Amino acid sequence: MDDLLSAAISIAFHGLALAMVLYLISVGLSVTMGLMGFVNLAHGAFAMAGGYALTTLMSHFQLPFGVALVGAIIIVVLASLLLERLLYRRLYGGDELDQVLMTMGLIFMTVGAATYFWGPVAQPIHPPELISGQIHLGSRDFPTYRSFLILCGVVLVTFLWLALERTRFGAKVRAAVDNLRMAQSVGINTSQLFALTFALGSGLAALGGALGADLLPIVPGYALGNLVYFLIVVSVGGLGSIRGPFVAAFLVGTADTAFKYIAPELGAFFIYALTMAILLWRPRGLFGHA
Amino acid sequence: MASAPDIASDTMLDAFAHRHRLRPFEALPWLIAIAAFFVFPDYLALGAQILATILFALSLDLVLGYAGIVTLGHAAFFGTGAYTAGILAANGWGEPISGLIAAGAAAGAVGFATGAIILRTTGLTLLMQTLVVAAMLSELANKATRITGGADGLQGMDVWPIFGAFRFDLFGRTAYLYCAAVLLIGWLVVRSIVYSPFGRSLTGIRENVLRMHAVGAPVRRRKLIAYTISAALAGVSGALIAQTAQFVGLGALGLERSGTLLIMLIIGGVGQLYGAFIGVTIYMIAQDRFSTIDPVYWYFWIGLFMIFMVIFARGGVLGLIERVRQQIRKPSWNKPSWNKPSWNKPS
Repeated sequence: MDDLLSAAISIAFHGLALAMVLYLISVGLSVTMGLMGFVNLAHGAFAMAGGYALTTLMSHFQLPFGVALVGAIIIVVLASLLLERLLYRRLYGGDELDQVLMTMGLIFMTVGAATYFWGPVAQPIHPPELISGQIHLGSRDFPTYRSFLILCGVVLVTFLWLALERTRFGAKVRAAVDNLRMAQSVGINTSQLFALTFALGSGLAALGGALGADLLPIVPGYALGNLVYFLIVVSVGGLGSIRGPFVAAFLVGTADTAFKYIAPELGAFFIYALTMAILLWRPRGLFGHA
Repeated sequence: MASAPDIASDTMLDAFAHRHRLRPFEALPWLIAIAAFFVFPDYLALGAQILATILFALSLDLVLGYAGIVTLGHAAFFGTGAYTAGILAANGWGEPISGLIAAGAAAGAVGFATGAIILRTTGLTLLMQTLVVAAMLSELANKATRITGGADGLQGMDVWPIFGAFRFDLFGRTAYLYCAAVLLIGWLVVRSIVYSPFGRSLTGIRENVLRMHAVGAPVRRRKLIAYTISAALAGVSGALIAQTAQFVGLGALGLERSGTLLIMLIIGGVGQLYGAFIGVTIYMIAQDRFSTIDPVYWYFWIGLFMIFMVIFARGGVLGLIERVRQQIRKPSWNKPSWNKPSWNKPS
């Protein structure tokens, strides 16, 4: 009985940590897809860029963890604003296939560029003393870093919910997701809104990629290898939603951890089967707009 | 008074009759294929790969370009075909033609079974479903190590000579001609499908699904039939590559294969039958050249090239040719252009 309980706690803990990383990376994708209808397959590249920027700032420039993390996010946000202006903007409301081709092109470029600069080996991250090691809670030990990850996730989720529900910016985003043309008609500057949301989404992805480097290793094939996971979270959660991806990330995170623990030989198979079943039951995802 | 509509219907009938007649330029790919056999005897192995991949791209064009089903999981059928042919050949039945047929049947069956479930969805949901189907099959192949060889790939294939007479030689001569012959048959099948009334109704579904429902066309059934045929052709293509390479790896089912296939087709031009020929040839020759120089950075350059394509050359190579032709000739509106997909419609 005690074994079962301890297994359940362990699965919930590690599942939650993975869920937080997946959520941070995917929530921006969900909002931009819901807002602009843009199939951005290259979203994972921003997460990977966050990871590379963090490790490089720490190892090359000897910056402390916190400073490097903020620096990484700023770098990725600036890069994403540039890309939005130069590339993405041209294809808003356009051909789905063009969007797929362009974002796949971006993925391929990141694979080549990352291999060129960092080589094929995974980049390790070294969190500071304060958040490494173990935490003793009752009779159990929990890795501090993952507890920190969960805490960060919880804070950010709360912050995001408040931002979307309580601020003027959030109201504009919700209006534009619900009805883009009406939002434009009442005078919302949607072009600016797109750019801001895109940058925010990329920044969150960079944070998720950087913090989650020990769960989703930073390798050149990152954007392509994890694409299925991000897309599952977005489509199961429902486009344009903040809550949806959270529930979906939680489902995927715990299911993935549980199956690795209980039946590793079945691997990711059940996650895919679950995704298929949910999407057949609710084609627009759990929290998607009807 | 009745003469005006008569003339109109005559020209219409004429246009319909002319539309599916074989035109001289359609012989061009085959002339090039035959010429390449004699001019580049050292590159026949690559040539066979290109020909088999063209068949794969044609099968994708049937669902994507004509029926408008955007899929990121077409490798599911390619891999099913490859593994079917591979497992047969590794377990004592190396007869290639029956292997191809079995591969086509197996992939078609998978296409039918999954299509019956997932084709009720559209858009991103459908894209996800196709992706997930391929991922599930890949996971199955990865775990069923005893049958498929798992991550190491399927080894020990023994493919017999074609018709018991033509052995697969080291230079890939037999493989090249074998792939060319199968591609010819596949091309004839796809060509006659897209010009048939069934093919026209697929185009109708792509262009305006609500109207097709309104005129009473059995939309779901037609999509499913197209999906099944396409899956079977993709399976045959996979079997061709398995038999000529005598090896099947997990990559046959991977997302990368579905993705690059989509890219090759878009480079050539979607929904125009010959986009597959052009796109695959350009991509695979470029990949072969570049990756001998620099295998890793190939990805960077192809990615850059794709982004440039999207910005400067929409509609692929065929779209580019079409635009150049329109610049030269004045546009004539009595020339029907039903074949070209119009993706950019407001939803």
